[in-house]
Amino acid sequence: MMNKVAVILWKDLLTEIRSKEMVFSMLVFSLMVAVIFNFSFPPGSDFIQDAAPGILWMTFIFASLLGMNRTFVYEVDKGCMQGLMLAPIDRIVIYISKLLVNFIFITLVELIALPLFGIFFKLDVLTSPGQLALVMLVSTLGFTIIGTLFSAIAVNTKTREVMLPILHFPVSIPVIICAVQATTAIFQEQAWSVVWGWTKIVIFFDVIFFIVAFWTFEFILEE
Amino acid sequence: MPSPNSRNPWMFLLGASLLVCMVVDLYLIFEFAPEERSMGHVQRIFYFHVPSAWVSFLAFFVVFVASIRYLWKRERKYDMAANSAAEIGVLFSSLVLVTGPIWARPVWNTWWEWTPRLTLFMVLWFIFIAYLMLRNFVEDEERSARFCAVFGIVGFVDVPIVYMSIRLWRDIHPSPVIAGGEGSGLHPDMKIAFYFSLFTFTLLFVYLFVHRLRLEKSSVALSDLKKEMA
Repeated sequence: MMNKVAVILWKDLLTEIRSKEMVFSMLVFSLMVAVIFNFSFPPGSDFIQDAAPGILWMTFIFASLLGMNRTFVYEVDKGCMQGLMLAPIDRIVIYISKLLVNFIFITLVELIALPLFGIFFKLDVLTSPGQLALVMLVSTLGFTIIGTLFSAIAVNTKTREVMLPILHFPVSIPVIICAVQATTAIFQEQAWSVVWGWTKIVIFFDVIFFIVAFWTFEFILEE
Repeated sequence: MPSPNSRNPWMFLLGASLLVCMVVDLYLIFEFAPEERSMGHVQRIFYFHVPSAWVSFLAFFVVFVASIRYLWKRERKYDMAANSAAEIGVLFSSLVLVTGPIWARPVWNTWWEWTPRLTLFMVLWFIFIAYLMLRNFVEDEERSARFCAVFGIVGFVDVPIVYMSIRLWRDIHPSPVIAGGEGSGLHPDMKIAFYFSLFTFTLLFVYLFVHRLRLEKSSVALSDLKKEMA
């Protein structure tokens, strides 16, 4: 099974390396959002530092939705979906490889955007890099699990790009809340137990929704 | 396809008993139940607010069960049931969101407060709305049924996790008065009014659900006929 996942993963990575579409647009978009958020605070206000974790995650989630919308668009528009579905693989292999692709791209964007965020918002983002890495890992995984599942639905609707955020936001609220709170705790150098309190809900979310996606994805790609 | 019979005696009985219950419920709420000492008459909205919340959860549960049944059995009736329940869910969760602030304005001195339960209902409401939007934005019927079933399941599973995360975030909502901790609890007469109201709202849900389902069946029969003619 891992071989099959790797094949699809490699195909998507290769497409991205050649076109550089998804990572590049997500990156430019997240930087622009960061700059625009700056205008909503009075110059030199301290408030911006309190709001920074929220802005950080909003930016990542908006950018990731932009990218995740593209997950199945090529496959459907270029007729590759038929090929994937006719291939002698389980549907879940398609899901897992798409999930990994999205996860890799979004993480890449986050890694590049994070230091720039630190500069823009005058934040020391590396107070405890290990904790921040864990929070980013599980939270990104959380909204990618949901986003990959829903992007397969959204691509088949009339309103495509609009549908994904509408389906995605209400369901991913636990991840948003916990990621923002955990990141705030890290930036304010609070105790590890506080950070962990939030992180474990995200992990719980990840596990539950991976199981649900595992079970339901085959029903989405059926015909 | 049997034509929906409007003279079905069971339906008549259900409608008639609902009517009686509603009148009795209004009497219990506005006359029988004592006035709350600190909040005054505005507390009576509780008898509408909490049962509406209960019906929203019930509707969501029906969506969840019907969605699983649909994916399993692939019978159209389960999809119709899920759709009907989701619409009623939107109605009642909207009622919760309207009655809550009306009560909160004099008691908390604010229309809206991000308490876990208010936030939860806001999220619940969004999930229901997204569900109905999804249904309308997928052209193929069979596909729309499958997608909605998946979303219905995901949405329902999400609710406890949403609640858990918001609860950690902040909490000022009154602690549960039913089966709550020490210092909570209702006057016996209030309890009678409350439980009766709960029963009446459940009956209202059943009544609306049955009718909505019949409407759905008629509209499916109609669209099938149109397809045959085309």
